[in-house]
Amino acid sequence: MEKKKLVLVGNGMAGVRCIEEILKMKAEAFDITIFGSEPHPNYNRILLSTVLQGDTSIQDITLNDRAWYEKNNITLYTGETVTSIDSDRKSVHTDLGREVEYDQLILATGSEPFMLPVPGADKEGVTAFRDIKDCETMIDAAQNYKKAIVIGGGLLGLEAARGLINLGMQVDVVHLGSQLMDRQLDGTAAALLKKELEQQGMNFLMEKQTTEIIGNKRAEGVRFSDGSVANADLVVMAVGIRPNVQLARNSGIAVNRGILVNDYLETEIPDIYAVGECAEHREMVYGLVAPLYAQGKILAERITETGSSKYEGSVISTQLKVSGVDVFSAGHFMDDEHTKSVKIYDEVEGVYKKIVFRDNRVIGAVMFGEIQDGPRLFKMILEKQDVSGIPKIAVLAAPVEEAAESAVASMPENEVVCGCNGVTKGAICDAIVNQGLTSLDEVRDCTNASRSCGGCKPVVSELLEYTLGDDFKYIEQKESICSCTSLSREEVLEEIKIKNLKFVKEVMHVLDWREKEGCSKCRPALNYYLGMMNPQHEDEAASKFVNERMHANIQKDGTYSVVPRMYGGVTTAEDLRKIANVAEAYNVPMIKLTGGQRIDLLGIKKEDLPNVWAELDMPSGYAYGKTLRTVKTCVGEQFCRFGTQDSTSLGIELEKKFERLNTPHKVKMSVSACPRNCAESGIKDFGIVGVDGGFELYVGGNGGTHLRAGDLLCTVQTKEEVVTMAAAFMQYYRETAHYLERTSKWIERMGLEHVREVLFDEEGRSQLVGRIEEALSYTKEPWKEIINNKETKEKLFESLSV
Amino acid sequence: MNRIEVAKLSKLPEKLGMSLKVGEHDIALFKLSNGKIKAVENRCPHKGGVLAQGMVSGEYVFCPMHDWKICTDSGEAQGPDMGCVKTYKVEVQEEKVYLCL
Repeated sequence: MEKKKLVLVGNGMAGVRCIEEILKMKAEAFDITIFGSEPHPNYNRILLSTVLQGDTSIQDITLNDRAWYEKNNITLYTGETVTSIDSDRKSVHTDLGREVEYDQLILATGSEPFMLPVPGADKEGVTAFRDIKDCETMIDAAQNYKKAIVIGGGLLGLEAARGLINLGMQVDVVHLGSQLMDRQLDGTAAALLKKELEQQGMNFLMEKQTTEIIGNKRAEGVRFSDGSVANADLVVMAVGIRPNVQLARNSGIAVNRGILVNDYLETEIPDIYAVGECAEHREMVYGLVAPLYAQGKILAERITETGSSKYEGSVISTQLKVSGVDVFSAGHFMDDEHTKSVKIYDEVEGVYKKIVFRDNRVIGAVMFGEIQDGPRLFKMILEKQDVSGIPKIAVLAAPVEEAAESAVASMPENEVVCGCNGVTKGAICDAIVNQGLTSLDEVRDCTNASRSCGGCKPVVSELLEYTLGDDFKYIEQKESICSCTSLSREEVLEEIKIKNLKFVKEVMHVLDWREKEGCSKCRPALNYYLGMMNPQHEDEAASKFVNERMHANIQKDGTYSVVPRMYGGVTTAEDLRKIANVAEAYNVPMIKLTGGQRIDLLGIKKEDLPNVWAELDMPSGYAYGKTLRTVKTCVGEQFCRFGTQDSTSLGIELEKKFERLNTPHKVKMSVSACPRNCAESGIKDFGIVGVDGGFELYVGGNGGTHLRAGDLLCTVQTKEEVVTMAAAFMQYYRETAHYLERTSKWIERMGLEHVREVLFDEEGRSQLVGRIEEALSYTKEPWKEIINNKETKEKLFESLSV
Repeated sequence: MNRIEVAKLSKLPEKLGMSLKVGEHDIALFKLSNGKIKAVENRCPHKGGVLAQGMVSGEYVFCPMHDWKICTDSGEAQGPDMGCVKTYKVEVQEEKVYLCL
């Protein structure tokens, strides 16, 4: 096939990133030409301020050296500017008279700094702060001159000012408004920032409008509208940037503030696209790297025809790169009549934090002084997390565990991040950098981190963000159910429904699984989804995890543990005797009480399992399953002098009703008879607390990997209502959770309010209850089934002997 | 070489492992979906997990302990894990499965 001619105008971060994505997707399909006006290959513009501040050199910020272009057969013209586009002939012309034809054309012309149109702006010693040349001008000036003025108290201006101070200059920052960084900070944070920067030696001239640069050949000072004058040998204009749209406009491409693009980054002219700072999407022009990279990825999919993702805009976060100053802001952080906010202002330590809520969701945040919660809050903002039911102040004060996790930057390289697999921060960061990883899944597959309990996922995710960009970026990705397919859970479920798929193998075949027979991740998931959608689905032994296949818990030495059912944690002398007899007869090495009020017989050989079950003659306690494990209960009003409800009999009733039902992950319940909560109902998937005259229902609690207090779902009056609510809750969880997603994560993803809406709707609730009743009607006692089935016994429980 | 009859082909369940002890050897025997029979040491190189109880996919088995992916043909753990289990030669003749030791 003949290669398509792809031309990129603009050799900067957004455009080249898009090319990198294209090379990853379809390297062979294109003949690529790149034009850049600057004489350099692609470099990290964001790091210019660190070059100025002396932390890095210009060589260090190169992103793609010339060898990279050569290696990928890209024709690169640097120091050459494209001056016109002929969209009829499909070619571009340059200032050096070159003409290059294209099949597809990407405009990534970036922005140009806005220079104040005041007299004297063209004098020597007046510069912008945008590219390597500007940076060099400033470094040169610092060697020969003493005094600088930076016009503009925004992000860029302050970074420039800090850099010039580091270079030994005296710096005045001139700002038109009354507060610094007014696009990124609110008044309080801006005031704290100003105070801090003043202590670092910056001088501020606030509410000053520049009218003239004075001097002869070289700038000597700045005159303001109030007539006052400040002296300077170097004037840096950092008053803003504007999209570079000249080329597009001259070529008849529709332009507003930026080049107008749709959700696929297409301009109005076929085969011409725009990406990055020059593009205007839904009336937004972005100047930070994360959204530009996100656009690049989507455009790459479009051009290579490998996907049809839409760009739907980005929520952005900002951090100021000035050493010693910690500032963070993200989302919608200004108050208005629809918002409410929580603020902490510690004048002693110079710490200020503000979180803005709308309709019980986090929509923005500003922080000064202490910003380690930034990634966590940014995530909440992106996910529009519902925080109803949580005291709002608690959103600010992260749980101790999470606060520690956020500090990934200061974490030592050799600190173990994934405790299960012993993977250190250093190993993860190396893999991200050296192997170009961009997703949690890739990190997991390459390093093993988060492969086991998944408890470290938030840290790995932060390490990804921390390693991938200095303005950290958040790549929103569709999560495929595993690496065997690119389909998400929702897409797979939809296909199963439409195509009426019945077997795991059939799903993998029809949906064109990359790995024909799937893996240990997708097969159990598919088996669960099939069963959830069709209660008559026959569980497939080969696609079940060992414990669920064997109906016992495998131990490190290959033996198993057996936990008989003991409804509500209540037992009898007769049952205890049976257990004791079995323990003796099979020389059980350990008898242990479980956290869920059961008795565990550990160390039983695989071959003995069916006989042990037969002799116990008790139902399976399902201590191994993705199902209802136990309903823990306190003593309750039958004996306890505080009990206000009969917790044991309610617990027994719930356990008898819901046992054996397949769920996305294990489900734990408990019933306490009074608010003393002896059965720990606050950390259960579904926890019940008896109160005088009713029951409080808590959901989404977890006492394990993801320690979380349950949310109060509602208070009901009768036992019947408890059972109905539990049934509807369980079924909604079954139908909407990802396989292996506990209710604690699920409820955070769905939002408590949403779950409430569904469960409180009478009709919806009764339908959920109807569906769970149907599913329950097909469950069978597994131990009995196996004892009575010779073939299964042979297949699963016997070993071959010679 | 010692050839030992260990099972009837029809008795081996597809995509499920069987444990087998021959003298000192602990072996996991697999009937893959393509009908081939594979035998490997029944001890994951990671922490000694019982491979016979793992999930079988193509010619790989996932250890039930910590999900290492082991190739039943070469015995090698798949990336990023490193390690190898012993493999055994298997012959099938007239519905009978033989292990070559």
